[in-house]
Amino acid sequence: MEAKLEILNKLRQDLLLWQGFKPAEGEAAQCVGLGEIEAAFPGGVFPRKAIHEFICAAPDQTAATDGFIAGLLSVLMADGTGCVWISTARRLFPPSLAAFNVEADRIIFVDVRNDREVLWVMEEALRCEGLAAVVAEVDSLSLVESRRLQLAAEQQGIPAMIIRKDPKRLVAGVSTARWQISPLPSSAEQGMPGVGFPRWRVDLLKVRSGNPGSWVLEWEADRFLQVPAQKVFVQRVQEKVG
Amino acid sequence: MQRRFISIWFRHLLADWQLIWRPELKEVPFVFAAPDHGRMIVTAVSQLAAEHEVTSGMSAADAKAICPGLEVLDDKVGRAGKLLKGLGEYCIRYAPIVAIDEFSMDGLMLEVSGCAHLWGGEREYLKEIISRLKSKGYTVRLAIADTPGAAWAVSRFGKVTPLIAPDEHVEALQLLPPEALRLEESTLSKLRKLGFYQIRSFIGMPRSVLRRRFGEAFLLRLAQALGTEEEVLQALRQPVPFRERLASLEPIKTKTGIEIAITRLLEVLCKRLQTEGLGLRSGLLTAYRIDGKIVQIAIGTSGASHSVAHLFKLFQLKIDQIKPALGIELFELEAVKVDALEVPQEILWNSKPGLNNKSILQLIDRVSGKLGAAAVHRYIPEAHYWPERSAGRARSLTELRVMNWNMDKPRPTELLPRPEVIQVMALIPDHPPKFFIYKGEQHQVVKADGPERIEREWWLDAGEHRDYYRVEDASGRRYWLYRSGHYGANQSFQWFVHGFFA
Repeated sequence: MEAKLEILNKLRQDLLLWQGFKPAEGEAAQCVGLGEIEAAFPGGVFPRKAIHEFICAAPDQTAATDGFIAGLLSVLMADGTGCVWISTARRLFPPSLAAFNVEADRIIFVDVRNDREVLWVMEEALRCEGLAAVVAEVDSLSLVESRRLQLAAEQQGIPAMIIRKDPKRLVAGVSTARWQISPLPSSAEQGMPGVGFPRWRVDLLKVRSGNPGSWVLEWEADRFLQVPAQKVFVQRVQEKVG
Repeated sequence: MQRRFISIWFRHLLADWQLIWRPELKEVPFVFAAPDHGRMIVTAVSQLAAEHEVTSGMSAADAKAICPGLEVLDDKVGRAGKLLKGLGEYCIRYAPIVAIDEFSMDGLMLEVSGCAHLWGGEREYLKEIISRLKSKGYTVRLAIADTPGAAWAVSRFGKVTPLIAPDEHVEALQLLPPEALRLEESTLSKLRKLGFYQIRSFIGMPRSVLRRRFGEAFLLRLAQALGTEEEVLQALRQPVPFRERLASLEPIKTKTGIEIAITRLLEVLCKRLQTEGLGLRSGLLTAYRIDGKIVQIAIGTSGASHSVAHLFKLFQLKIDQIKPALGIELFELEAVKVDALEVPQEILWNSKPGLNNKSILQLIDRVSGKLGAAAVHRYIPEAHYWPERSAGRARSLTELRVMNWNMDKPRPTELLPRPEVIQVMALIPDHPPKFFIYKGEQHQVVKADGPERIEREWWLDAGEHRDYYRVEDASGRRYWLYRSGHYGANQSFQWFVHGFFA
């Protein structure tokens, strides 16, 4: 009986390994600085050979999503590798990435005309060695296209991050994780005026063989910091009457 | 190296060409004539007409009188030049440098230094050219000599042999008439008047005497024939050092066929480039179709490369642009621009971080090959505070930044390409706004930073300065607002939203 259980466990581990959730033997388990959120993934490791979808339900979420991805890139690109950022209508401001510890001169921006070209460049980039990540802003992505991207991402082990700005055109894809990042009011230190560190609600809407959840994160100068739930308070605007 | 030149003289260039197209004229003497001062002047003569002593330069009426039954055809200006250009391009197969004989417009000049042995010696070489042109229908006279001038002279006036051995061209010139030196008619008549019927009679004269009598141009022609003065040939097609050709037995129509042709050409070309330590920067594939049309596709790389697989992928993206029509009979691949290739040290893993990585360079080549080089951007910091100018385009993937990214002031994650006007309410001048309306939505400002004044760079453009504020509204959205100009009733100022913070 015990032998069987052992075999089953071994198989489970192997399955995770084959799906790209666990680093192969000899590779150190690398975290991406997300802290507790990483535990939501199978094996407790941020999957790298996978597609991460970022849903922007409202237009104000795109800046927060860009910021969150920049935070992830700061870890992924820490070893000096480059990254490819593909978009059709780019608003990302390269000098701002310095605040997220990302050297914008190591990012290659590819500005194309339509989604078809975005997907072509993305697949080519995913099959290319020596990149830390590929980020693309895509509006529509079909199941077949996402499957192709998944296969490409598995080949080189490069995370593919897709920013979906049009939530109406969402279809079931093969993405490993589906995120939604929305901005939250920042909290400055007690009594200090001004805007504090960027704070977001990070919703992990879907994780393949993992546990979805919702967290509040803050980018503090050079790393993500999780904000305990009790500390998050919704600002109330006191309207003056009279 | 001993330089050798071949001069090809088409004796009846236009007439031969006409016979090819209208064989029925074979039995008829005919001339070409063009109007000149109201008369028709003969410009070219056929062989049969020449036997009747008809020469070019006489009027068409005279020619008709001499030779009854003479057919007079209209001549077009520049036809001979066009024909010679076509023939010259055909002759590139014999020598890389082919020039049109500009003096008489009825011949070609080939620089054949180091070519003759490929055809089995100079005699066989000449025979091959003559027979090939003859089979096309042209009667030609050839001569090979050390200088273009001597070759020209012997091809027109030589009576002994067309093969002038190296260093014997001065002897060969001795007995030729002065016309063989490509001289102006006025000089020739002067020479004739003085009784110089052969070159040897004046070749030994002091130069100062000749210059005084006949002018500088005469001495130049003489020197060019003797080889003391260099004569530069205007090559029809500048030879490119890296060019490969592939002729196909059957016309190629399919994509697979074109792909095989490109691979074969690349294999040969890349091997040559590799042995010389060079890499291709821009390449041009020319496909010659059997209907005479030429189709070309060009590729470029961001770094020198001699990798067959990579270059093939670049061409593959553009194969669709080749329309084979009835078929392609000849492919020509040309390395238009080559660069020295730094040979990277072999490494066990491709673990070199950064963008100067072979596979990334190849990715960028493919992307810019398909979507155009304007699609790929990379930014480096520039010494400007003005937000729109703070990031500059990098010229290449390997260009290093000269300064660090500025981190001391907050910059928005997203910047609008064009600032958008908003309505704002601020309590006190120079205070952050309390309330603003953007895209019809009202935003209550809860937290704010600023102002950060950014002066306009007056040496680049004129206008007001900007006071930037970072504000956060009640729902946590963070904006970058600015007021353009000073706050005041008598001055025009306006509020804009310029970016969004994460």
